[in-house]
Amino acid sequence: MSTATETPAATDAKSEPNTITLNMGPQHPSTHGVLRLVMELDGEIVVSLRPVMGYLHTGMEKIMESKTFTKSITVTDRMDYMSPLGNNMAYVGAVERILGIDMPDRATTLRIIMLEVMRISSHLVWLGTHALDLGAMSVFLYCFREREKLLDLNDMIAGSRMTPSYFRVGGFYQDVPDTFVPAVRKFLSEFPSALAEYQNLLTKNRIFMKRTIGVGVLTGEQAVDLGCTGATLRGSNVNYDVRKAKPYLGYESYDFEVPLGKNGDVYDRYLVRIEEMKQSLRIIRQALDRLKPGPVRSSYPYLFPAKREDVKKGMEELIFHFKIMSEGFRVPAGDAYFSIESPKGELGFYVVADGGPKPYRVHVRPPSFIHLMALEPMAVGRLVSDTIACIGSIDIVLGEVDR
Amino acid sequence: MGIEEFIPDGILTTTVEKMVNWSRRSSIWPATFGLACCAIEMMATSASRYDLARFGAEVFRASPRQADLMIVAGRVSKKMAPVLKRVYDQMPEPKWVISMGACASCGGEFNDYAIVQGVDTIVPVDVYVPGCPPRPEALIYGIMKLQEKIDRQRLKPTLPAASPAEGTGAA
Repeated sequence: MSTATETPAATDAKSEPNTITLNMGPQHPSTHGVLRLVMELDGEIVVSLRPVMGYLHTGMEKIMESKTFTKSITVTDRMDYMSPLGNNMAYVGAVERILGIDMPDRATTLRIIMLEVMRISSHLVWLGTHALDLGAMSVFLYCFREREKLLDLNDMIAGSRMTPSYFRVGGFYQDVPDTFVPAVRKFLSEFPSALAEYQNLLTKNRIFMKRTIGVGVLTGEQAVDLGCTGATLRGSNVNYDVRKAKPYLGYESYDFEVPLGKNGDVYDRYLVRIEEMKQSLRIIRQALDRLKPGPVRSSYPYLFPAKREDVKKGMEELIFHFKIMSEGFRVPAGDAYFSIESPKGELGFYVVADGGPKPYRVHVRPPSFIHLMALEPMAVGRLVSDTIACIGSIDIVLGEVDR
Repeated sequence: MGIEEFIPDGILTTTVEKMVNWSRRSSIWPATFGLACCAIEMMATSASRYDLARFGAEVFRASPRQADLMIVAGRVSKKMAPVLKRVYDQMPEPKWVISMGACASCGGEFNDYAIVQGVDTIVPVDVYVPGCPPRPEALIYGIMKLQEKIDRQRLKPTLPAASPAEGTGAA
């Protein structure tokens, strides 16, 4: 659907520069979904760029108002579908903050393992598609090879490859299977060599460097002004990571570094994300060492159904089972904002509860949506082909942009 | 033996219909029409582990004019629906549609103001693949089902079916 049409204004007015309007998307392989970009071009130079979104608007925030607190978790999976458990975490974190829950150690440690696994999994999709957009097909195949192993972990814990909905308010519904920890350890031993392989393919690749170095420069000041977070901000040498700035789940007790870029170009953001994957491996390794057997459910009352054998014997448990499955648990009136460092940036959920079993209002602060605004300053004044590199480098996912 | 004795080596006999169907089913070129979560599973299907190339359907075309299969992978919003219809119209005949996942098939989890409740309200769908998102195995099975469907297609639907039991039959 990429069609070029000459604008009437550009043809009749002689003083105007001779520009054409190029419509890229919403069906275009390089827009990572259904993003539409309306570009004003002078020759091959981008004069202005306007992202048009809403082609994947799903009304998720509204839908969550009609679902119980537990059922809403499934909706969050489908926002940033590269890191479903990250969205789960941000949402249940907000609800847990209203409830004022304390979590058992095993649950927080398992959550950290899963969140970091999600970060690697998301970065692998980013790396594969980013390289694919820049013409390196093989990187895509290599990345998806490793990603399959991570999806197997999702499959193992929840029976679903991409939408596990595994987190619950107050921990987990059930513990991970015994095969989970060995599988993660196996991945930890295999992944560094795979990462070295990707870097062999790209980091010193002359074509990749020419297409990314000095392209899509975003200064630190601009990035802060635009509200950028995540690797888009850190690529511009601004040290802000939610895991360090506003620690959650006890991230402050883990030893890891926040990689920073220097020039704020596409190449630096690539390096930052590659380094982030290495840091994620470090965090997972530490978390696995801390993992002790124990409960994975919070002791907060009435969040989880009773045990199966108790339901079969006791009338009270049976009644409660029906209540919690049909109506759900109630959350006292209040509101909370909870943000995590998702693979894309700072992902925040603002949840308002009115004392009932459903959220009164949920609002999401999606990093992709905010990063999309950074596309114009990056792309203007450069070639159309550089825009493709810029889209890849901000790592947007349209499910999260449009919700 | 029979008539086989009179056919030289290296010659096969078939009907035009079978040959055309065979060539169509063996090289289905899908259009890249990724919308949401399912698109990532569609990519995974074409990537290393599942390798859609084994079924002749790995050539994802960026232009609908070069494609003959549209895999509607993901939820279709009301804003996207006209675009989807237009992409479908741009595809040359013969063309097929696979509705991948619950959202494309029936709206799935999202029964609300924004999502089209089933892509079959806009374009004719040949195969529905259930799942949220469907596993790559499921999508491959859907493509195999589509291949079976193509195998049964008639070049001229008005002609009677040429099955051995019925003989040639007068057209």
